[in-house]
Amino acid sequence: MIDARIRKRFPASKDSTAFELDIHLKAASAVTVLFGPSGSGKTLALDAIAGFITPDEGRITVGDALLFDVAARVSLTPQDRRCGYVFQNYALFPHMTLKENLAFAADRLPRAERRGRIAEMLDQFHLGEVSGRKPHELSGGQKQRASIARALLGNPRILLLDEPARGLDPALRAELYVVLNEVQRSFKVPVLLVTHDLEECFELGDQMVVVDNGRIVQSGQPPEILDGPANPAVARLLDRHNLVSAEIVALDPARQLSRLVCFPGAEESFEILGPYLPGHLLGARVTFAIRTDRLLAAPASPPVAGAVALDLARVSLRPQTARLMFGNGLMAEMPLRAYESHRHNKRWTVRFPPEAIRLMKP
Amino acid sequence: MTIDWFPLWLSLRVAALSTAVALLLGLWLAWLLARRPFRGRDAVSAAVTLPLVLPPTVLGYYLLVLLGRNSPLGEFYEWVFGQPLVFTWQAAVLAALLHSAPLLIQSARAALETVDASFERAARTLGASEWKVFWRVSLPLAWKPVLAATALAFARSLGDFGITIMVAGNIPGRTQTLSVAIYDAVEAGDGALARTLVLVISAIALAILWFANRLARTAFTFTSGQGQR
Repeated sequence: MIDARIRKRFPASKDSTAFELDIHLKAASAVTVLFGPSGSGKTLALDAIAGFITPDEGRITVGDALLFDVAARVSLTPQDRRCGYVFQNYALFPHMTLKENLAFAADRLPRAERRGRIAEMLDQFHLGEVSGRKPHELSGGQKQRASIARALLGNPRILLLDEPARGLDPALRAELYVVLNEVQRSFKVPVLLVTHDLEECFELGDQMVVVDNGRIVQSGQPPEILDGPANPAVARLLDRHNLVSAEIVALDPARQLSRLVCFPGAEESFEILGPYLPGHLLGARVTFAIRTDRLLAAPASPPVAGAVALDLARVSLRPQTARLMFGNGLMAEMPLRAYESHRHNKRWTVRFPPEAIRLMKP
Repeated sequence: MTIDWFPLWLSLRVAALSTAVALLLGLWLAWLLARRPFRGRDAVSAAVTLPLVLPPTVLGYYLLVLLGRNSPLGEFYEWVFGQPLVFTWQAAVLAALLHSAPLLIQSARAALETVDASFERAARTLGASEWKVFWRVSLPLAWKPVLAATALAFARSLGDFGITIMVAGNIPGRTQTLSVAIYDAVEAGDGALARTLVLVISAIALAILWFANRLARTAFTFTSGQGQR
């Protein structure tokens, strides 16, 4: 359980504009993922919890330990915070063997426990055979496991990981997820992880916290957030949604439906069926998001109500899906196989399932 | 021709002692300057560098004022050791220290700054005291450039003239260091002695520089980066 209220201003300097980190992070689940673009302040939040930077205002507790409180003039040193920190470059001491790296961390344990604990960690992380090697003689996966083992050895209150999968090839990435799942099972330590990768949030996160420009913009379970981004900024960060401006032209409470004109006023505007929108007035302008994989595209067929015929502008092929980009900026993602059989098709019919439409707060 | 080698031995001894003291005091300060942002760091850094740019006579004057027989510090020294500090070989150590410590501190600082800060941060999260961080992580990772800096400081402290002559004087057989002896020999028209001493000190300095450059070149610099493959 972590409760961190952090506010810190970074004045503009020669190579950066002014920035303010202002977040209140509450995480009760096993793994919490801080998701955000680079420069959003997510690593700064980690650094504030670990004690590398001092917030101007706020209070940080982990479990029942108070780490930082401006009002009470409490600010523990990084040494006293007992936060296990896994750095992006692992930060294994290059002049020490793996075992010496672990022994360095074991110094905070009672003398009698040290050797046993080191052996236990070497065993747990399958590092026994390479314990005499220096970090540069270890494989990427071994380094990764070693840095996690070192961070966990002193029984930290929380495990903090800064973009652990950044720059890793897929195999190592998969290995990391396995290791972190094992860590969850065996160590019962809460994990706070920073990433800019949505797949990682799904892979690891019980709870996902979206950070943008120094603020928390949404938090929840990853599928919830992907399904219903709170605002256009979150939708843009996720990069898997269409954002469409529309005008409400009809509301039908009986059938729980509405009629929306998309891109009102533009030449290529068209009408679709939407969900019933309680609390909205006829003629109101709204913005909605719809996931690219919920937008249904099919080769042009005779016109149906609520569907629109669009010309394909570009296709972006992914390992399993094809992302169709239409002239008006809409994107639809479909299974690659389904696309393959229509690859020369230019004109498509696109449908908006009403239940997939998510109205954005302005 | 018999050459009195006393000035050379004195110079080596003075340089060794002053370098040892400079290391003891300066390394910690260098690390603070490199790593620990504190209020007034720029002022301390400027003060530390000042002796590099002030004329030696000015530094010598300061030392005389600070440690002369009529100053409180000078009186204290005399009370403790039973003899005045000025015009002794110990004063020459102080002169050499003032001459070389700024170089040591600034180059050791640069050396320590090459260490990736994440190693030190990692050490702190693992519970290491600042003392342990310095001795077990920072210094071992930067020992080669730090040793190079130490060698440079040693070479520089061999060569002080101005401060030494003001606070330690020119007493043959007692406070006459090599550079002072060379001045003396030239003044006295003893060209052979001057030539010999000049060549000796040049050779020593050259050897030290060669050693320091080698160290600096082979120094590992551990930089952050994505895990090396």
